[in-house]
This record gives sequence, C-alpha cells and structure tokens, in this order.
Amino acid sequence: MKFGVVIFPGSNCDMDCYWAVREVLGEECEYIWYKDTDIWDFDCIILPGGFSYGDYLRAGAIAKVSPIIGALREFVKDESKLVIGICNGFQILLEAGFLPGAMLRNRNLKFICEYVDVVVENNETPFTCLCERGEVLRIPIAHMEGNYFADEKTLKSIIENGQVVFRYHKFNPNGSIYDIAGICNRKKNVLGMMPHPERCCEELLGSTDGLKIFRSIVAYHGGKVEA
Amino acid sequence: MQEVKITKELIEEHGLTEEEYNLILKILGREPTLTELGIFSVMWSEHCSYKSSKIHLKKFPTEAPWVIQGPGENAGVIEIDENLAAVFKMESHNHPSYIEPFQGAATGVGGILRDIFTMGARPVASMDPLRFGPPDNPLNQYIMNGVVSGIAWYGNCIGVPTVGGETFFAECFSHNPLVNVFNLGIARKDRIFKARASGVGNPVIYVGSKTGRDGIHGATMASDEFKEDAEQKKPNVQVGDPFTEKLLLEACLEAMEKGLVVGIQDMGAAGLTCSSSEMAAKAKTGIELDLDLVPQREEGMTAYEIMLSESQERMLIVTEKGKEEELIKIFNKWGIDAAVIGRVTDDGMLRVKHRGKVVAEIPVKYLAEETPVYNRPTKKPSYIDELQGFDPQTIEKPRDLKETFLRLLSCPNIASKRFIWRQYDHMVQTNTVVLPGSDAAVIRVKGNRKGIAISCDCNSRYCYLDPKEGAKQAVAEAARNVACSGATPRAITDCLNFGNPEKPEVMWQFAEAVEGIAEACRVLETPVTGGNVSFYNETLGKGVWPTPTIGMVGIIDDVRNRLTQFFPCEGLLIMLVGTPKGEVGGSEYLHLIHGKVAGTPPKVELSYEKSLHRALVELAQKQLILSAHDVSLGGIVVALAKCCLDYEKPIGAEVELDYEIRDDFLLFGEDQGLVILSLREESEGEVSKVLERYGLPYRLVGRTTKEGFTIKTPKATLEAGLDEMWEAYNSLNFRFDPQMRRRPRS
Repeated sequence: MKFGVVIFPGSNCDMDCYWAVREVLGEECEYIWYKDTDIWDFDCIILPGGFSYGDYLRAGAIAKVSPIIGALREFVKDESKLVIGICNGFQILLEAGFLPGAMLRNRNLKFICEYVDVVVENNETPFTCLCERGEVLRIPIAHMEGNYFADEKTLKSIIENGQVVFRYHKFNPNGSIYDIAGICNRKKNVLGMMPHPERCCEELLGSTDGLKIFRSIVAYHGGKVEA
Repeated sequence: MQEVKITKELIEEHGLTEEEYNLILKILGREPTLTELGIFSVMWSEHCSYKSSKIHLKKFPTEAPWVIQGPGENAGVIEIDENLAAVFKMESHNHPSYIEPFQGAATGVGGILRDIFTMGARPVASMDPLRFGPPDNPLNQYIMNGVVSGIAWYGNCIGVPTVGGETFFAECFSHNPLVNVFNLGIARKDRIFKARASGVGNPVIYVGSKTGRDGIHGATMASDEFKEDAEQKKPNVQVGDPFTEKLLLEACLEAMEKGLVVGIQDMGAAGLTCSSSEMAAKAKTGIELDLDLVPQREEGMTAYEIMLSESQERMLIVTEKGKEEELIKIFNKWGIDAAVIGRVTDDGMLRVKHRGKVVAEIPVKYLAEETPVYNRPTKKPSYIDELQGFDPQTIEKPRDLKETFLRLLSCPNIASKRFIWRQYDHMVQTNTVVLPGSDAAVIRVKGNRKGIAISCDCNSRYCYLDPKEGAKQAVAEAARNVACSGATPRAITDCLNFGNPEKPEVMWQFAEAVEGIAEACRVLETPVTGGNVSFYNETLGKGVWPTPTIGMVGIIDDVRNRLTQFFPCEGLLIMLVGTPKGEVGGSEYLHLIHGKVAGTPPKVELSYEKSLHRALVELAQKQLILSAHDVSLGGIVVALAKCCLDYEKPIGAEVELDYEIRDDFLLFGEDQGLVILSLREESEGEVSKVLERYGLPYRLVGRTTKEGFTIKTPKATLEAGLDEMWEAYNSLNFRFDPQMRRRPRS
C-alpha cells in the first residue's frame, strides 16, 4: 500500500514518519507538499508532528486552511482511505474539524517529552486491528498542547461511538479529559493521537510498540504482516 | 559620507580604547564615519576578535587523522566513516540570558544551529550545559525557568533534539548565569561548506528574516561587565523565531544539495558586518554591499543600524553568477526572503553603499584577521594558596552517614534534572538511543551502524580552586563519560567562560585553564576543533568561577553495543575499576556538609585515563559489561546510587568497599578515574583479562539486588531503601514540577 507524509512549513516529524514507514515497515511512502492536492494515489496519509507555522496563533490553526486539508476533506469521504494525525497532526485535525474537541495547554503548562503507557480502548479500527483490546503500549509523547478537551455531550458521544482509541494508562501526563490520548472519527478512517508511534518502531530506540499501529494499517488494507 | 562628529565620548561608548582608535585612523588614513566606527567597534570587540585569548588558544592541539576541519570555521568537523562527517561546536549566550533569560537562551540555540547548518550539516543533537545561582532564590528560579523554556521553545520547534547537558548551581552564577549551547550535525564528508566569498563578480545574496533594529551591539554588550543598569540593555537582546529558522534550514540544505552555494556564513554576532567581512577576508577578496537592497523590517534604518543589527535567522550566501535566480526560487518556495545585495570584488575592501553614497570603506583584513591582539598581564590570585592549603583532615566525621548520603543525593548539583530535560524534545529525528540522564547521550547514525556519543562537562568549583587541574579534569571526565557509553573519545569543542580579562587574576585563570585543556587533549588524543570564549562574565565586579565547558564527541563502531549507566537487572556482579584515594578537596561533600569550598581538586592521571577509556570501549564492543558509570560529584556512594536509580526500573545493590580510608572520604571523595561496571558472572574472567591487559586495577565489590542499598566499609555500614533514595534523587523534580510525583513507578 502507499503512504504519504504531508510536509507543512514547520513540520518536523515528517522524516521520522517516512523512515518508520519506508525503512522499518518496508511500505511505499512519499512526501506530500502542503500545497499539493492530487492525493488519490495514496491509501494512508500521515499528518506528522512538529510546529506547523510555528504554532503561531494556535497549534494547527494556520495549517488547517492549507490546500492539502481541503483535498483531505474529499479524500476521507472514501472509507477505504485513511488519515492519521500525530501530535501536531492531531491538533490540525481538531482545528480543521475532522475530529471533535480541542486541545488545551498541558496541565503543568510545560512541554513534556517522555515515554507514557497508553491502553488500546478500541481495537476495531484500521489503526489498531492487530492490537488486543486493553493492551498497553509504551509510546513517547512530546507536546505542549496535548490536554484534550471536549464538552460533556461530545465526550459522551465519542465514548458511545467507540471513537476513543487510546487512553493514558495509570498516569495522565497532560490532564486530558477521560485520559484521552487518541480518538477517531465516526467512520473510523481518521485517527488523531498525541503519542508518537513513529518514535518507537525499533528495538534500538527502546520500544517497538509504535510499529503495531503501522502494521495494523497495512493489515487492514489487506497487506500481509508478520504478527 | 555621514556628517557625525566622532568625539571622545562616542569612541568610549563603542568600547574602543584610545590606542585602538588611533589604529583606526592609521588604517583609514582619515577619520572614520559613524558606520565605520560601529563596524570597527563590533569586529574588534572581545566577542568577535578574541583579542585577549588568541595568543593562548594557539596552545591547543588541533590535528588528528580524523579531524577534517579544526578551529577557524563556523564549526569543527571530524570523520564518522568514509562518507559522513560530524560537524559540531559549542557557544555561549551568557550575557543576553541574564538580561532576558527566555530570548537570550532561545537565540543561543538558534545561533549554534546556524553555525552547524552553515557548514552543510543537518543538526541532529543539541546539548545545553547551564550554570545558575542556587535555586532557592526567586531571581535564580526566574532565570533558570526562562532559560530552560527558551531552549525548549527554540529546539522543540525547529525539531532538533536536545539530548542532554548539565546543570550546576553556585552563588557566583547568581547574577552571571552561564548558558552554553552545543550542537552537532551530520554532513557528507565531500560536501562541507565554508565561509568564503570566492569568485570576483559573484553575487552576494541575503536570505532569511528581514533586518530590524534588534540586537544592535549585542557583541559589544557581551564584551563588557554588567553594572547597575544591566536591565536597560534588554533592547540589545535579539528575539528568535524558530519557525523561520526551520524554513531557513531546509532551504539552505536544499540549495547546497543543488550545488548553488559557493560560500555561506550565518549572521550571528555583529550581523551583516561580521559575515561579509569574514567571508571576504577568508577568500582574500573584497565585498561590496548596497544596503538599500537589504530586506528591512522597519523604515528609516540607518546604515549604522543595518550593518550592526543582530536580527536573527539570517544568512549571507555567495553563489555563482547566473545562478542567483534559481537560488532565490528555493528560498521563496520555503517562504523566505532572499535578495541580491552585493557582489564579490577583488580589491580587499568592505565597501558599503546606502542611499547612493559610500558610507563605509575598510580593508577587510583589518576587520577579520589583522585585529588587535593583547598579551594581557596575568597574576596568580591570592586566594589560591590559601584555599589549597586547607587540610581536609580537620573536618569532623559526619555522625550519620546515611543522612549525609541522602542530603548529597538530593542537593541541586547532584539530584536528577529530569524536570529540565523532560521539557526538551529529546527524541525527535528518532536517533536518540541513550536518552538524557545517563553519562553521555548517544545518537545513532541512520543508514549506518555507527553511533555518536556526546558529553558536556566542567566542574567550576575544581576550576576555581585550580584552573589547570580543573580544566584537565573537565576534559578527562567528558572523555570518560563518552567512553562509559562505549564510544571512543575523538575531539572536543570548548566554551571558555571567564570574568573580566583586564584583571590579571582572571587572565591567569584563563591561561592556566587553557594549558590544562591543551595537556589533557594532547594525551587523550582529542584535539580541539573549535569553540568560543566568553569573557566579562561579571556583574557589579563579581565574576564567575572559571568555567571551561568541554563538549566531547566520541564514535561508536556498532551502536547496538552502547551502554548506559544503569544496572539493568538484579543478580549482576558490580566491579570497581580504579583505586579509591578518598580525595575530598573541592568536593560537593565538603561544600554541602561542611560549608567549605577549599582544598585541592582531585588529581587526574591522564595516561591512566587513556587506558581506562580504551578498556571501556573494548569491554562494551565485546559486550562483556552491561553498564558503566564513572564516579564524580558526591563520590562512590552517589555514583552507585545513580547506577541503581533508573527512572523506569530502580535496582538495588549490596556493595563492600574494603579500602582502609576514612569512611566519609572513601564514600564521598570525588576520586578521578573510578568506574563502576555491572556484568554477568560468566563474563568476569574475560573482563578481568581485558582490564589487566590495560594495566588497570579493579575489584569485584558487590552484586545488584532486587531491593535495598547497602554499602559496607571496614568500619561502617550504610543502608538505605530505594524508595527514600528515589525521593531524595527526585527532590528538584518534585519541587519544580509537582505533577511528576503523580507518575507511578513500575
């Protein structure tokens, strides 16, 4: 299958995602410039982490009006097409309205970079189909605005619809509501998550749990994946 | 030319002496214009000209077969393998960080990153050695928090991991914080770019942020002491924009990749002035600039202001004639301003035009090469003999060894600084294989088996008591840390932070420290590839302890064999390499428990160190040991505790130190060249063989355990629980980020 990694001005995890998909996972992968709109060739598009537009105004607030986001709105109407937003990518998906809710600053008002445990809340999504429900994954976070918030009604609906995909396990680093670390849309083809799976795909880096997410995507798409 | 009368006051305000001004008159054969006076002032400032340090720095060894570029360029370069090179440098941003901690530190990071990518390297790892006043004072907390968030903001945004550093607190840094910034990048060996304005007629292109009035005379500010009016210098501090720098970085690397760059220099201290004159001087050419073409942020800027602005995120590029359009297109794609502002000439002059007039015309060699050099007088300070004469035997033995141990473990200089580096993105780029908190940080080199280990070290207290021994120790410790991670120490960059060089005592400290570094680097075969001198770290007449920070870079052949300092599991043997002597002079113990900064700092045996480092690398490569950690601040017992206190999985230890040395000296003395190893029982024979081959003394001293921490000496037993040690070691973390306490321990 074919992955694409979007480069916004200020993206800085684009090369990491590319490396994880291409060199570790071994799947086809290409960069997509944020002004490009011809994206029907891709099966899964990654909005990488970083500081698109320097986080100026608000994290993700400027990137959401770029041409690629307009194209993605059409793209995700096709349920077989997948979009995953990681960290700043998640923030962009929220700002652009692909996913409900908003991001606040971390509870301690500081940037936090460290490994955290997240539990797989829903494994019936393209992004977690190789995980067990309740499985704990060790994945690093690195963000200043990861304190996810949704009003009561929204929260209730995303819980009921199985849209909560990852929750922080035992320790909530940023104060997010309901310990949310990652959510998907109703159709389950758009995922936003604060932890960085691309940072833990190799034993050398301390964990390979991130690879489970990328492998799930490939498996969902019908690809053969080593268990 | 401008009609401003050059008065005595004006010359003085520009930090120029009468002799220096007379020299300017001689060089020009006339009175300088105001713009020219400004240009001379920044280029001849201590910060840019190294006028007080130059004659000393010549003592450094700078060559080795693996050194590709020594001092003199934007950064040093060493070989990683046949194709790749590591480009690295350390700089200071002390003065601005005192005036405006957040922006001061942030622009420090921005500056060092530009030094690295100017050379054609992609920056892959930063380190930040910091010095603050004691953290119980609100001003010091404000400075520390500001500096840390500034570093985090800039580094995190641009996406270069900050993989470590060190933080040291002492009273002398209260009004003189030291913010040193190290960065390392990776470049193709055959594509290293230099600051040369070559090719007469080639266009000179300005790229990056627009020029504003910020940071004018930053270099001059950094070349003087602070008085009562330090606050008012805030406008001299630049304001950073990491987003623009990220775009600039990508655009520069793309332009280099496409072969559009002949020479390139970043605009740091002294901005356009320094970059243009240095590029011309190095290429033995001249440069002509038309300031009307410079992208400007404000209206009505004078030539003086444009030439001296230290606005951030700017570069000067010389390209081949005819390629300017293609180059400008790349920068525009990244949303970055780019404009041809001049051309390379053959007359050796820096010629600056503004509004149709020539406002400055100076031979470049007098700006960048033949600048004033001083051999300033030196004098051994009187405190040295007095403090060194202190007899440690006169101190009382502590009644409770455990209490002393826990106090040391929780003191600011020893306690975990996780609350600091947790704010730094230390994993972006997915290369960090040893995370912060161990002796050295290790990054892997993608597409290659190699690893790079980095450690930044200096014990300012040792350097205060004996600058030469202290400097030697700093080099040795940095090399030892790198070796403990399994890497061969290869080269250093240094950042020499001192007080006012016009004081003979400070100059003596400087000269001694330089000798110490030179000697250590020669024996350890780690040449100096560049660095930075920061003088005038004084406020209201009070200066810093001499602080020659060393940034050591080492190479690991197979990064899979890298080590951390942490005991990985229970049931392992613990081995101590080296023989304890119980040296407490200059120790944290003497300072914290007995309130004394005195004695002679622990001695370093350089040839022994070299054997030790070689042995460590061999043991790691042969996978015979599972962890390695050297004894430093707090002595053996603190070192053992740090081996136990892995953040995710603490491990216990039972150790017997059968050495006939006074208990407190044995446990808390900061003897050099001691390393704690953990190994499997079955490796003991092989490990012994290797250590014996290198002539190193060693002893099995204990085992790792599931729980508890017990240290026996011939006369006493120190017992502590991992929980209380954990609490003590995390005291700063819990104080400065209370939420860290909520995280459960596994």
